[in-house]
Amino acid sequence: MEKRHDYVLWFEECNLESIPIVGGKNASLGELLSAEIPVPPGFALTTKAYKRFLEQGGIKKEIFKILEDIKPNDMDSGEIASKKIRALIENTPIDENLQDYMGEFYRQLSKKCHVPAVPVAVRSSATAEDLPGASFAGQQDTFLWIRGIDDVFTHVKKCWSSLFAARAIYYRTKMGFPHDKVEISVGVQKMANAWVAGVMFTLNPASGDRASVAIDANWGFGESVVSGECTPDNFIVNKISNEIIKKTISHKTFLYTRNPEKHCIIKQDVPAERQDTQCVVDLDVIELAKIGKKIETHYGKAMDIEWAIDKDTPGKAKIMILQSRPETVWSDKKVTPVMSKRSSALEHICAGLVAGRKVSN
Amino acid sequence: MADKSFPNPHEIEAIPGTEGWERMYPYHYFFSTKDKEREAYENNTFWFNDALHYPEPLYPFDIIWDEAWFLGLSQFNTRIFMIPPVYGVDHRIINGNVYISPVPITDPEEVQKRIPLFMERAGYYYENWDRLHEQWEKKMTGIISDIENLEVKQLPAMEDISVVKNGIGTSSGYELLKTYDKLIDRGIRCWQYHFEFLNLGYASYVTFVDFCTKAFPDIPLQKITQMVAGIDVILYKPDDELRKLAKLAVEFDLGSHIGDDTKNVEDVIAALQSSENGKKWITAWEKAKYPWFNISTGTGWYHQDISWNDNLNIPMSSIRIYIKKIIGGHNIDRPMDQIKEERKRLVHEYRGFLKTDEDRQTFDQLHGTAELVFPYVENHMFYVEHWFHSVFWNKMREIAAIMTDHKFLNEPEDIWMMSRSEIKEALWDLVTAWATGTKGYGPLHWPEEIAWRKGVYQKFKEHPPIPAVGTPPDVIAEPFTIVLWGVTNESMTAWTKLRKIGDPDKVNEIEGFAGSPGVVEGIARVCRSVEDIGQLKENEILVAPTTSPSWAPVFQKIKGVVTDVGGIMCHAAIVCREYGMPAVVGTGQATTIIKSGMKIKLNGDTGRIYIER
Repeated sequence: MEKRHDYVLWFEECNLESIPIVGGKNASLGELLSAEIPVPPGFALTTKAYKRFLEQGGIKKEIFKILEDIKPNDMDSGEIASKKIRALIENTPIDENLQDYMGEFYRQLSKKCHVPAVPVAVRSSATAEDLPGASFAGQQDTFLWIRGIDDVFTHVKKCWSSLFAARAIYYRTKMGFPHDKVEISVGVQKMANAWVAGVMFTLNPASGDRASVAIDANWGFGESVVSGECTPDNFIVNKISNEIIKKTISHKTFLYTRNPEKHCIIKQDVPAERQDTQCVVDLDVIELAKIGKKIETHYGKAMDIEWAIDKDTPGKAKIMILQSRPETVWSDKKVTPVMSKRSSALEHICAGLVAGRKVSN
Repeated sequence: MADKSFPNPHEIEAIPGTEGWERMYPYHYFFSTKDKEREAYENNTFWFNDALHYPEPLYPFDIIWDEAWFLGLSQFNTRIFMIPPVYGVDHRIINGNVYISPVPITDPEEVQKRIPLFMERAGYYYENWDRLHEQWEKKMTGIISDIENLEVKQLPAMEDISVVKNGIGTSSGYELLKTYDKLIDRGIRCWQYHFEFLNLGYASYVTFVDFCTKAFPDIPLQKITQMVAGIDVILYKPDDELRKLAKLAVEFDLGSHIGDDTKNVEDVIAALQSSENGKKWITAWEKAKYPWFNISTGTGWYHQDISWNDNLNIPMSSIRIYIKKIIGGHNIDRPMDQIKEERKRLVHEYRGFLKTDEDRQTFDQLHGTAELVFPYVENHMFYVEHWFHSVFWNKMREIAAIMTDHKFLNEPEDIWMMSRSEIKEALWDLVTAWATGTKGYGPLHWPEEIAWRKGVYQKFKEHPPIPAVGTPPDVIAEPFTIVLWGVTNESMTAWTKLRKIGDPDKVNEIEGFAGSPGVVEGIARVCRSVEDIGQLKENEILVAPTTSPSWAPVFQKIKGVVTDVGGIMCHAAIVCREYGMPAVVGTGQATTIIKSGMKIKLNGDTGRIYIER
């Protein structure tokens, strides 16, 4: 008996244990939800759904046949194979049962969000990230502002096919990693209609101070901040007292938003009157920092988080967490003691006095 | 340091009309080129104006406390605890303003030699802190009761017969000299005790601060203070007494008897006599006076900083503010549990962010010691600057009254224009004339001299002092200089900037220390002393030279504070943090630039104040 659980799962039904079937990204969204972090609602298509698609559509054999033709040292042969396979995947219809599951979940998601045919982000969520030499993170695609079930199907297939991007194929061939071992899950998530967005670190990336939360923010979608294209507003919040201890309001010239007709993302100028204004109000900055701290506590380590303030979610959940992953720069640094060990406070005091305080730089 | 040059101390000119001002102060306080060695030392040293203690120029008498700490602080550093890298703090005076400078030990061998001595001596104090501190309190209350019991007696035309019959063998003239000597001696001794623990306390605090800023580069200084600051601090007691009295007044329904600020305190007491509860309240009021009404209405450094006892309308007015709050349904208690909870949480969470056991061990060591010493750091002020000084100034006034009777002074308050050694000389003049049965010389000299000095003092006040002279050093090791005056690269830059401000009416932005977080906008009210606080309206922003525990009830009325003087540890900053109210402190000259009624925006996160013009 096949169960819908095998193919589609609400994020609420995912957790870190489900990484093998829903991938890292979807699993972490489930984790965040269980920690009561506001995450845009959505669902995951499991790796089983992907495998079923390959088998039911009858294209699995064909794909592997194409892959066999690749010569390890010939980039061009990889390119050609990639194009063929991707076309094959994207042109094969998803079988009806899978279509039903996804259709039903998409309908329910729209209902949940009070938006007919709710715009969604369709994201790849890889399962193989922890395999040796298989760091595919960022190689698979994400598609924003997808609306209507047919478009969802199209882009789910695009995610699947991204597993056969030329670079991915070449990489696996080179590393001797069997192609049939890679699997992919896809997340379908309510698109955050970001008024403001950005990133947050649960430490100060400039100083490594673990008692601080650093928040970067710009108008519109977070892409401008994530890509480092703009100079965002910056806030340093004291994690313990929840006070903003430093605030830098930058000159913000452009933002990413949605083209209302084509539903694609466009870059546009920030209206003059908003260029030098603080894009997140203090209360929301503090709320964000609190959420950051909660995520950190849940994972037990410093985190790197993408967030947005949503325009159209009903109720209180206007701050949304889009992604979170462990912070790596400071967390991986070698730990050195703050002051060398001494047998008593008096010895510290004496050493401090002898060193004195520098007055000039 | 090339970009922060301060003038050569020898080239500062006298303010026109004040020539000869030097005779108002001890001779060794002057910059001099008479000796090459002294000249070079003075030029190569960094002297900064001690505006923290002295927002105004010094009166010739009031310099007694500067002399007292010049000796007290320095001897403990240099000769008693053998602080390894630093001797004492040197002092000078320019145009009535005090300039100070820590004296570093430049010979590395000498520093090394002092280390084991410091470990033994300071170590003994840290190890026996509680016992020695208990002993200290006894010494202090002893010395205070000594001067409380000191009688200043008139000079009689004829000594009482008992002098003969008891074979006393001394006269009232001699007794007057002795009384004066004793008063001055107790003052100096009290300041010896003042420094017994203080520098060790600061040294321990500075080390904890160092650790915290290294482990948490973003940590605001206020958080460090919150982790060690005392909660049941004696300095809060006087205000607690007023809260209690206000509660009692509400309980007994005495509001109408107490009335408003148009009613004088004597009339209030008279009105309260009419009922049983009124009498009970008066008993409580009388009981609260000792010792708590010895709290100064200023910092206690100047003779004009009177205490509540000197003007009972001040505490009465504060009681009225509290009564109004209670009737309005507000809780007037300090949120003690909340403060304790927050403090516990801060310590726990900051500690939790440390990465190694080693760090946690160091944190515990340093936090433990800082916590041990901090009550002294906060409490000594009540004993010395408030209680002792309040009694002391009034004893001096009794001596001044005798000098006025003998025409040495036009009025008792003129005595502050004389130095302590001049007073001693004048008293000799007075008692010998009394003994001889002639006219003293004093009346021919002092009234005229004092009139001139008053003019000079006025001119001093009209000319703001330059923040610093001489050559800034690279490193400062003296714990006082670091904690209390916050001498850092930033503060020196800020001082240089202050000098460049010309016309105060053109300034739109002032910078100070972020004393307590938060942003607030409102109408400014400049109160130069605690007597001005009656003008404060609900929800205004208080702008004051500095605040002291006497100002406590004011914080119930206002929504923010700006001060001229003070660092992160000053009274205004501490109280504002407790009330969750923004404060910017140590602005240098907010009271000169801001006028009552101006709309200002105060940012306690950044330490900036914006003036709407």
